Amino acid sequence: MCDGHNHTHSHTTTRVPVAEQILSANDRIAQRNHSLLHQKNIYGINIMASPGAGKTSVLLKTLEALQGRLKIGVIEGDPAGSIDTERAIKAGMPAIQVNTGGECHMDAVMMEDALSQLPLDDLDLLVVENVGNLICPANFRLGTHLNLVIASIPEGDDKPYKYPGMYMGMQALIVNKIDILPYVPFDMDYFQQGVEILNPGIATFPLSCRTGEGLDAWADWLVEKARAEITPK
Amino acid sequence: MHELSVTQSILDIVLQHAKERKVQQVNLVIGQFSSIVDDSVQFYWDIIAKETLAAEAKLHFERIPGEMTCSSCNHVFHPGSETFLCPACESNAVRVSGGREFQVDSIDVE
Repeated sequence: MCDGHNHTHSHTTTRVPVAEQILSANDRIAQRNHSLLHQKNIYGINIMASPGAGKTSVLLKTLEALQGRLKIGVIEGDPAGSIDTERAIKAGMPAIQVNTGGECHMDAVMMEDALSQLPLDDLDLLVVENVGNLICPANFRLGTHLNLVIASIPEGDDKPYKYPGMYMGMQALIVNKIDILPYVPFDMDYFQQGVEILNPGIATFPLSCRTGEGLDAWADWLVEKARAEITPK
Repeated sequence: MHELSVTQSILDIVLQHAKERKVQQVNLVIGQFSSIVDDSVQFYWDIIAKETLAAEAKLHFERIPGEMTCSSCNHVFHPGSETFLCPACESNAVRVSGGREFQVDSIDVE
């Protein structure tokens, strides 16, 4: 930058205050998505969990339990493939597949794009099945009303301690696969202690998609939550 | 792998605030409960900031440790990895009181 001339000058540095959330651009689009859901009278939930925790099983069982009560649409986020979308369509739901490429989470732009492809005027409930990952999806707001985390018994009881960000970023928790509790070491008190500290008073639903135990309590709660926000069509 | 989109967001914010000035340093404040890997952000930064006014900017990460406060005895502590119970009184009446930060705090420009 200095051209060697014999003059005196100094490169001054100015500190510019910014104080802006890193994901503010994403959050603005999420807010737009939320407004669209509100305008279309749709309750949105964002399901987050590790791969194999049972997101799709919970989704399909929830659909069964809500039959005739709410019309459901689905957005399936996966790095690749459309297995879950095909399952959802087969089960009678309009479903859109979002392939994130290598990305480990869905973001508000992907959500916005998927929303434009769904028959929103016919839906009461929109379920987003996020990419299976416990690290970052909770950081990226989508515009849904509810962030749901599904934990499962075989994952172990230490997950709240290992993934505090995820357990802080939810508004409801399902503990799936409780039917295998007799066979694996899982200290429910230890698990729930971590959850309670990170997220006091969180609504928690222990259930088993295999036996059906606990599913009604979850489905009834979800309908009540949705009806507090929307009027079913 | 989410560092790419995070890094893109940081760059967008930085360039918007730089207003055509050359950026020397980007000061980030990141809490322990926000997951992000410094080296990975720097790696993507070197690629996507090329040919912008922030190409030579140094990324400075101020790390804020996770902090919890005990409602029983008011003890403030950094949580351990195996339990969040208060180390002073072993109460579980503990709440997260710091570590959620995730922002571009300031930038240094020429």
